[in-house]
Amino acid sequence: MADTATGRTTATHATRILGIVTLAGVAWLILFGLILSPADKNQGESVRILYLHAPSAWLAYLAFIVTAIASALYLFPKQHSLGWDRLAGASAEIGVLFMGMTLVVGMLWGRLTWGVFWRWDARLTTTAFLLVTYIGYLAVRRLGGTPEQRAKRSAVLALLAVLEIPLVHFSVELWRGLHQDASVLRPNGDVELDGLMLFTLLSGIVTFTLMYAWLVIHRTRTLTAEDMLDDVGLELALEERRRESIPHTIEEKGALLS
Amino acid sequence: MKAWWGTTRLIAKRELLVEWRSRIALNQVFPFAGIVMVMFGFAIDDTRLMERIAPGLIVLATMFALLILVQRSFAVESEDGALDALRTAGVSSSALFWGKSIAMAVQLAALEALLVVLAIFLYGSTIRPSGVVLLIATWLAASWGLATVGTLYGGLAAGARGRETLLPLLLLPVVAPVLIGATRAVEAALGARGSVADGWPWMGLVAVFAVVFCAGGTLAFGPLIDE
Repeated sequence: MADTATGRTTATHATRILGIVTLAGVAWLILFGLILSPADKNQGESVRILYLHAPSAWLAYLAFIVTAIASALYLFPKQHSLGWDRLAGASAEIGVLFMGMTLVVGMLWGRLTWGVFWRWDARLTTTAFLLVTYIGYLAVRRLGGTPEQRAKRSAVLALLAVLEIPLVHFSVELWRGLHQDASVLRPNGDVELDGLMLFTLLSGIVTFTLMYAWLVIHRTRTLTAEDMLDDVGLELALEERRRESIPHTIEEKGALLS
Repeated sequence: MKAWWGTTRLIAKRELLVEWRSRIALNQVFPFAGIVMVMFGFAIDDTRLMERIAPGLIVLATMFALLILVQRSFAVESEDGALDALRTAGVSSSALFWGKSIAMAVQLAALEALLVVLAIFLYGSTIRPSGVVLLIATWLAASWGLATVGTLYGGLAAGARGRETLLPLLLLPVVAPVLIGATRAVEAALGARGSVADGWPWMGLVAVFAVVFCAGGTLAFGPLIDE
């Protein structure tokens, strides 16, 4: 996000370090996930998808939780701070990206393990609803109006999502009486994670958490810059209008006088 | 409290009066829901299957109609800035929410009754005598639940550009529990699947949904429409 004219960026010393650590983490994850960790005895090589799938699901959930908390922090205090709103928006964008990735990667894994891309179980279905809900949230953020209008609308919506998601999950679970009790760590009940696999998975989660922090800081800063640009743009437009109404040249002044 | 209820009733009456004078729901939305039921028939083209899935189709057709009714309800408000005028006049946002929800629920209830009758004629559905109470309970809970959630999200999208396309995206994922719950309950009541007793927990799910979104809407409607 470098501004070439002034050399200003959204990066600071701290985020540069965070970025480097994140990239190192990704390299580390590739090394352990693809090379050092063993194949699963039931799932074979496809278990490696887990090292991408579980951390990105974790990141998405983390992002949505941050969105909800930041929305509450915008809405409830007497002094509404737009900073919280931008954090909520930035976090939701990253959440949608990684939730989409979780679903795509999960479907690929499902095709390899179950033989089908999709199963109508509660967790999968709720995840899909979660994705659509936050796509809607991002659409609401783009409705226009002042930043305060946007912030209030989207904060209420984010908190409504907190109401909605447990209800959806609960009802889909009721609907699928045969819901399998699978945790993130045991996707099919038959993956036995040995030490190295567990370590790889944990490295993935740590790396993705760092990645989230890195992305969300930059995105919040660019959103701040966008809002500032809107303000500046408005002022410039007003200034231009004002100038239009003032006659500049002698001819113009003469035309007005005659 | 008495004044609040008076305002709420006034708002509901006003909504229904607007509808009665324009007859948009009666002349356009109800026939739309009816044609959706006919189209489902064309698409499925299997009498036995139709009877089995009729409850789901009834609820689905109701939801499509809900989207149009909500849009209509708020288009009327924002055309002349009526919503702002009402707020400026000191009408509390919760009374506004309840009034609009009650009017919406009345329209939805009428629509659902019509769709059940259509299902009996078109899909060969039958109502078991033992399922009548369940059917009525689900009918009331689903109408209220859909009306409150519709009013809430309608308020969110009101006055915004592109609300026509935004509302379905926001609303349909939220009403999924009603689709699941009401479908199962109506299936039990009509005898399409399972016993009547199986249907009551599903009715409960719809009722919980209605209570949750009624409470959520009462609190959140104010901040949403005050801009």
